[in-house]
Amino acid sequence: MSFPWAKEYKPSHPFMQWMDDRLPLPRLVYNSVGGGYPVPRNLNYFWNFGFLAALCLVLQIVTGIVMAMHYAANTQVAFDTVEQTVRDVNWGWMMRYAHANGASAFFVVIYVHIFRGFFYGSYKAPREMVWLLGVVIFLLMMATAFMGYVLPWGQMSFWGAKVITGLFGAIPFVGEPLQQWLLGGFAPDNAALNRFFSLHYLLPFVIVGVVILHIWALHIPGSSNPTGVEVKSESDTVPFYPYYVAKDGWAIGVFAILFCTALFFFPNALGHPDNYIPANPMSTPAHIVPEWYFWPFYAILRAFTQDFFFIPAKLMGVLAMFGAILVWFFLPWLDRSPVRSGSYRPLYKKFFFFGLIPAMAVLFYCGGAPAEEPYVMLSQIAALYYFAHFLIVIPIVSAIEKPDPLPFSITESVLGEDEAAKLAPAPSATVA
Amino acid sequence: MARILSILVGLFFTVALAWSFGKGAYQQITEPPAATAEHEFHLHPKEVSFASDGAFGKFDRQQLQRGFQVYKEVCAACHALRHVAFRDLAALGYNDAEVKAIAKGFQVPVYNNATGEVETREGVATDYFPPVLYGGQGTPPDLSLITKARHDGPAYVYSLLTGYQDQPAALLKKFPDSKTPDGLHYNPYFANLNLAMPPPLTGEGQVTYGDGTKATVDQMSKDVSAFLIWTAEPKLEKRKQTGWPVLGFLLFATILGYMSYRNIWAGKKH
Repeated sequence: MSFPWAKEYKPSHPFMQWMDDRLPLPRLVYNSVGGGYPVPRNLNYFWNFGFLAALCLVLQIVTGIVMAMHYAANTQVAFDTVEQTVRDVNWGWMMRYAHANGASAFFVVIYVHIFRGFFYGSYKAPREMVWLLGVVIFLLMMATAFMGYVLPWGQMSFWGAKVITGLFGAIPFVGEPLQQWLLGGFAPDNAALNRFFSLHYLLPFVIVGVVILHIWALHIPGSSNPTGVEVKSESDTVPFYPYYVAKDGWAIGVFAILFCTALFFFPNALGHPDNYIPANPMSTPAHIVPEWYFWPFYAILRAFTQDFFFIPAKLMGVLAMFGAILVWFFLPWLDRSPVRSGSYRPLYKKFFFFGLIPAMAVLFYCGGAPAEEPYVMLSQIAALYYFAHFLIVIPIVSAIEKPDPLPFSITESVLGEDEAAKLAPAPSATVA
Repeated sequence: MARILSILVGLFFTVALAWSFGKGAYQQITEPPAATAEHEFHLHPKEVSFASDGAFGKFDRQQLQRGFQVYKEVCAACHALRHVAFRDLAALGYNDAEVKAIAKGFQVPVYNNATGEVETREGVATDYFPPVLYGGQGTPPDLSLITKARHDGPAYVYSLLTGYQDQPAALLKKFPDSKTPDGLHYNPYFANLNLAMPPPLTGEGQVTYGDGTKATVDQMSKDVSAFLIWTAEPKLEKRKQTGWPVLGFLLFATILGYMSYRNIWAGKKH
């Protein structure tokens, strides 16, 4: 599963040898994130975000478990237990803010990670499974984050839960019973809060499982790289340890500085003030908005304001909202361009920077804005481009585009042709 | 085949969106939404600063005590403070005896198992501020978290308390139906402009401050806002004070991390 020049794990201490014969866990670590995993030497900083995402997951699990020790999933007391944690538990305020802002940090990191994949074609063969599992992780993250936001049982918790579970009511025929079955009642209440807590505790561990598969699938072909040219020889790679451990290490430092700045100085900047009001089913907030990381998809949901033939607007919105993510599953087969990296795809690059990125930015902005003009019309234009990008632009562009010439190898792209030629084995040797 | 299918699905969504967009645009032109008084006359909170603002912000204990006095003598008539316990007041600089005395001044409801009646007793330091019964118009919110439960909360509270005024003539001229209903009070800082709470702070000297500060409406409003910043986040000071050493350490560690990164990659072009 690795390159022939990958270093082999050689335990020197007798105990490690003994261990290696019985449970080769150190060998697994060595081959996964140690000296035994050759990685392209030319990765840029966008490749740090996978490691950062894993760090965020661990952070969320640790802070979440501590929060769960002080939380009670009961509509009568849920809000108060969170406040007590913040006020009376030693360092409870820090755990709470770290967990709430940790969710935001996780999504920041994951959005960069996903868009890195879009630009550099990380979803393409032979890494389709890595990509598909990644989309599964993203969906699980969304479910986990949504249910986590319900737990403090504030106004936005309650009304967010009501709106989102209400979406299932749009499904023809089975919608309403399905919604009631999901909630365990006619509206979000104690039954819903309890199951959300249970699932909010469960899903992160499911995510851990899928992350393991994600990394396993990644290690079969090895990491992609900014040129999109596959690894050809040893000079194209460096061992993960120490090279990328050092690079990820200092990237973690930068991440931690930004995260701690938010945590200690702006802990409520990304939250909605209404969630500091206990849930009140009798009083609807003026603007119901989800957390910021759902805004693009919320904007897509609200962009469908008119019935389309026999399909009600609400159902269209729900189809589109889920479709907007599900379309990512098909990306490896929609984009047929043989060139991976956007750097060598002049046309694709234009659509990425001047189409997809602005459309996403508009959707982010409009999803958090009230459902009035001009935000609805803006999000309609942006959503239109979003779907056109994945379903129309990408298939057509990949068919008609003439890609720029690719470097022969990673080494050549880094060192230039002459230097690379010195390193490369003689031509006769490559033929043999 | 896959390409055609994908383009068809793409057309389905884009045409539906174009249809929604077109109809919405047509509606905007034919029947533009009417302006509302709330939209045009609602004001964002005033600029106001507190000692606890900023990355080095600290509570002004004297001000918190004054704010607590305003809360106790004015706000507490209608507004509860259920997340705050009397013992928490020690953080305002009160000593044990003072905290006990404050607690004693509040009547706390207790359920008598023998008689089945709810009785009251004098508060003790471990009690929380008791619920406030209110039978009038409107629903006075609990104030414990109010400065975090509103956009720009501290400034909002300050602006609301100092923002009562007569309805502007321009408003009545443009929206004749928007006259403030009887029993409500005009305040442009309130989301729908009219609120049930009558102006709570009406004149200088409404409370008598022990520290000799002149109790103007502006001063009292500022003090009680500062107090409510504290009730919403008693750990605010500790949070900011913790942040600096954490950032200092991280900066140091990150610089070391960067140096070791440069060291390890030295001579390795990438």
